[in-house]
Amino acid sequence: MAIDHTTVERTAHLARIRLEDGDAEDLYGRLNEILGLVDQLQQADVDGIEPMAHPLDLDQPLRPDEVTASDNRDKILRLAPAEEDGCFLVPRVIE
Amino acid sequence: MSWEAVIGLEVHVQLAADSKIFSGASTRFGSEPNSQASLVDLGMPGTLPVLNEKVLDMALLFGLAIDAEVTGHSVFARKNYFYPDLPKGYQTSQFDHPVVGKGHLRIVLDDGTEKTLGITRAHLEEDAGKSLHEGFGGMTGIDLNRAGTPLLEIVSEPDMRSGTEAVAYLKKLHSIVRYLGISDGNMAEGSMRCDANVSVRRSGETAFGHRTEIKNVNSFRFVDKAINHEIERQIDVLEDGGRIEQETRLYDADKNETRSMRTKEEADDYRYFPCPDLLPVRVTDDDLQRLRADMPELPDSKRARFVHDYELSAYDAHVLVAERAVAEYFEATVSAAGGEAKLSANWITSELLGMLNREELSIEHARITPQQLGTIIRRIQDGTISSKIAKQVFEAVWNDEGDPDTVIEQQGLKQMSDSGELEAIVEQVLADNAEQVEAYKAAEPKKRKKMFGFFVGQVMKATGGKANPQQANALIEQKLEQ
Repeated sequence: MAIDHTTVERTAHLARIRLEDGDAEDLYGRLNEILGLVDQLQQADVDGIEPMAHPLDLDQPLRPDEVTASDNRDKILRLAPAEEDGCFLVPRVIE
Repeated sequence: MSWEAVIGLEVHVQLAADSKIFSGASTRFGSEPNSQASLVDLGMPGTLPVLNEKVLDMALLFGLAIDAEVTGHSVFARKNYFYPDLPKGYQTSQFDHPVVGKGHLRIVLDDGTEKTLGITRAHLEEDAGKSLHEGFGGMTGIDLNRAGTPLLEIVSEPDMRSGTEAVAYLKKLHSIVRYLGISDGNMAEGSMRCDANVSVRRSGETAFGHRTEIKNVNSFRFVDKAINHEIERQIDVLEDGGRIEQETRLYDADKNETRSMRTKEEADDYRYFPCPDLLPVRVTDDDLQRLRADMPELPDSKRARFVHDYELSAYDAHVLVAERAVAEYFEATVSAAGGEAKLSANWITSELLGMLNREELSIEHARITPQQLGTIIRRIQDGTISSKIAKQVFEAVWNDEGDPDTVIEQQGLKQMSDSGELEAIVEQVLADNAEQVEAYKAAEPKKRKKMFGFFVGQVMKATGGKANPQQANALIEQKLEQ
């Protein structure tokens, strides 16, 4: 499997990564090298092997349904470039 | 040319847990903005999500309730997209291994038709925060209190064929989640949100047409209207030789129309992959066994039991079991009414539910207890009061005027049991209306029935409704024949 320039640009857009001129060319080559390795992996015989969802062979621990977190509002709002009335402010987004 | 609509629903149910799905932050509604956003909800570096056991139990319980495949193995995945109210840049959801697999539920339509509808899957996920577009001087305010609130997304098969069936499905889901106690199902507060996938095809065709998705139709009434509107719109487009674009549409309740939100030309590509921060979830048979033991009696079995044990009509039983609290109220009333099931059902479905509806109250806030209603029914049965007076007693109890027996006593509402007294009143009424008596006697038998009613009415009026109707009828008839 190999990808073309359009796929590189589209993926960058989906990931909100800004590509400068020439970046796509460079990435195109490097990504295809990685995909070459993936192709090699895909040749491995995995018949009868259950797909793995996580490298650790453990089950998800659970926690009781209890409220343990305290109000961090003042601290977290201090991290924001802009805030008002307890809300984070961002440039207007409306569809 | 006739058309057939094909409808599937995606319903998000907010699970009634105290804390969030992956963090110890509170899920309480209506708190100060961002006061319930924990470091995990914000996706701060170095934090790890840990699954809430109650949320998992609730999802499994739902799976058992719809006879679904519950494999005991599920995996969380990241659904990647960018939006300011999604702090991590992905929503933790489930993709190819949902907690609940294929199941089904039964709906009953108003005409009594029953239909089984398929449920494709149900998966656990976290909610996003809230974007507030008003009141921030041209900016958008972000409140992340809702981020991480546990949701169960229930995806139906495309098994529905009309807006009415979609509403029946949604009502049934609502009923089941409330019976299970896993959600309050409050659509106005967003505890239950519905997206509808709608397409149409010519009758007899088996392939599906292009579908549109209608977002956020958040009341039972709007689901019906929005879907029916969209079906008509699609038929119009196709009959005019046009084609349906696969797109997301928004329902505008004020204008009763759907309009395009965004076309899916650039179909969303969420690049799902297993969440490395969460391990696969494993549920043992013991867990499932424990949950089965906790399972309450569900609406379908309750309905069957009501029909069988109480000899109710299928319709009455259907109405009574929709809400678990109403069903429980009914059973308590029957036992207080000495086993009088049919009268209890009638009183609850007409008087009580009517009253609650008028006053916009839920059954928990009824101002008459099952014991009081049961007493009223017993007093009708033992002839103390007539059904008509019973309504008066019902309203008096509702308005805090006392217990039924006190009201009957204090307001002198007992039926006249003394036939001598009633006889005197009947004679008086006939004497006062001598002209009508003459007319009655001269009338042809078939016209008499209506005229007879006049005398009954006068007697009831003279006794303030307290005459026993059978006794009054008999006496009037007897006197008129003389």
